[in-house]
Amino acid sequence: MSKPGQKILVLGATSAMAKGTASALAARGDALYLAGRDSDELMRIASDLSVRYRVPTHHGVFDISDLDSHAAFVDQVVSALGGLDGVVLAAGYMADQPDAAADFALVEKMVRVNYLGAMSVLDHCAAVLKASGQGFIVGISSVAGDRGRQSNFYYGSSKAGFTAYLSGLRNSLANSGVQVLTVKPGFVDTAMTYGIEGMFLVASPKDIGHQIVRAVEKKRDTVYLPWFWRYIMLIIRHIPEIVFKRLKL
Amino acid sequence: MGSLRKSFCGWGRYPVQECVSWRPEKASGLLLTDPMILRGQGRSYGDAALNENGNIVLTERVNRFLEFDADSGLLRAEAGVTLQEIVDICLPQGWFLPVTPGTKFVSLGGCIAADVHGKNHHLDGAFSSFVENISLMLADGSVLNCSAQENSDVYWATVGGMGLTGAILDVTLRLKQVETAYMGVQNVKAVDLEQAFTILSEENNDNAYSVAWIDCMARGRRLGRSVVMHGRHAGSEELSSSDKALELKPRKSRSLPMDFPSWILNPLSISVFNAIYYRREGGKQKPFIADIDSYFYPLDSIHHWNRMYGKKGFVQYQCVLPSKSAFEGLKGILERLAGSRRSSFLAVLKRMGPGSNGLLSFPMEGFTLALDLPLRGKDIFMLLDQLDEQVIKAGGRVYLAKDARLNRDSFNAMYPRIDEWREIKQKIDPENRFTSSMARRLGMVQA
Repeated sequence: MSKPGQKILVLGATSAMAKGTASALAARGDALYLAGRDSDELMRIASDLSVRYRVPTHHGVFDISDLDSHAAFVDQVVSALGGLDGVVLAAGYMADQPDAAADFALVEKMVRVNYLGAMSVLDHCAAVLKASGQGFIVGISSVAGDRGRQSNFYYGSSKAGFTAYLSGLRNSLANSGVQVLTVKPGFVDTAMTYGIEGMFLVASPKDIGHQIVRAVEKKRDTVYLPWFWRYIMLIIRHIPEIVFKRLKL
Repeated sequence: MGSLRKSFCGWGRYPVQECVSWRPEKASGLLLTDPMILRGQGRSYGDAALNENGNIVLTERVNRFLEFDADSGLLRAEAGVTLQEIVDICLPQGWFLPVTPGTKFVSLGGCIAADVHGKNHHLDGAFSSFVENISLMLADGSVLNCSAQENSDVYWATVGGMGLTGAILDVTLRLKQVETAYMGVQNVKAVDLEQAFTILSEENNDNAYSVAWIDCMARGRRLGRSVVMHGRHAGSEELSSSDKALELKPRKSRSLPMDFPSWILNPLSISVFNAIYYRREGGKQKPFIADIDSYFYPLDSIHHWNRMYGKKGFVQYQCVLPSKSAFEGLKGILERLAGSRRSSFLAVLKRMGPGSNGLLSFPMEGFTLALDLPLRGKDIFMLLDQLDEQVIKAGGRVYLAKDARLNRDSFNAMYPRIDEWREIKQKIDPENRFTSSMARRLGMVQA
């Protein structure tokens, strides 16, 4: 069981899922460092958590695609929090498949944010946690990374890379007391997905946040959220390629 | 941002209209480029937060607390925060809402847009009396700080302005310090309307709150028979030692699972309920202690209580009449109601203190009466039109937050400062980017 009052860094803290997770962490008494690009929004989220849950919150501007800034940023976080017990990486970028197909710069950005940037900042965090011999890393990947589909394979492959990185990181940290949790969410109910038809499988960011914290406490390795996505993806992964390649997915 | 087209209605479930809804996660997403109205918790009764075949923007996720100083009681929060959240967070630290309506399932922004009042209006005024300042996003995207001192013209157009001046982003509110989460309550029976007025007018007591529940089925000599309920915040010495002074016990809440068939509320069942209630509440002659939740928000423990009125919904008619004409005027209204064989399930009478400077703010010094009326047939609207005439004759007005059916002429007669309001609206939102079904119905903006 993890103890409350931990020091946790949340990367990409303005995303709906990060907000849900941050409030579940604050609710159990953790001190938070919220990092992201929109500084006014970070300030609002941080103030909200500290008023609601009376926990210390810090916030700072962080650009995951600026790889050179990561080392100094992680140092700054560790000194602001006075240590580090956990990291939640929720930063992500998704361009629509047709837009990405038409403009390769968008593909590059997805790879830079979802894969390259994620590896870079988590490497720095992992070094800190490994040195202290404890802690956790939560990487929010996606069900889209489980199998490439014509409707979003640029995004999906960047997440597939990230999922593989997390699995390797978990393997390499297995003996150092650091937990690595891969989260694969399906659709989450945000401003973006609001009202889209067929979104019957949506989960609220708040629920997802609680489930992520529970998965950390239960020392899980990989979770699909909500749970039924495990079975949906099990089926999708097992469709023979000869059939799969003809499907309109 | 995604949008969802579906049917919406207010708390009275009349009217029901198709709107295109949006649900941003940040304050900057509250303003659309197309005409729109903001919708908080949807607890206004009629069409104030509807925009038929147009956009409505839900504020429910723009609900961050920004600052709370437990020494001074000053709270700054985004407009989507609900009163329930404020009570949950601030009451354990010894601070309560300075003014609260009868439900805590409303947003801060809605409280300002309707300049809501509570049971302490006669002493403390409306919600706006405790608002230090607001930041308002105007139609052109600029953000204006407004208060009674700064940009006061826009401020007083926004207070009671039904969301039509802009999008309220942040609100700074002065909370009220309390020693406990409990109320000392004293019920007093009034045998008729005159006695109810007398009791409500007494300046004597140290009760901050008072309201009278009227048995609408009582007629003739007993017209206006009621129970006046006084309340004040209880001190910690009044509690039994087992109660933690500032802790609210979790409350059992129930939900009405479905619409009641509309025949359930009929003159007989309503009169039986009212008679029982009168005996029960009026029978409590000794003062007693009640927790803040059950004192201020009795109906909040029954979710979807509006389903009681059946699928067709109901209208709430709330009017205020100035002191000098209030007694005769409200007596006339109650008589008209009794004569129509229309029954009101709930009727509440309360004294109001001086109004605010809000150009469209509802309260004025006098007495206010609120009636819940099930919607059945068209003649209910004719009856209410007749009540409007009586209200106008007495120099009063009806409450827009509860309204679903007032006509333009009556509105103009009831709100004499509407022209000043229109002038400011014209200045800050010449293209009517903020518009609602209510605004068009009442001619507040051109259709």
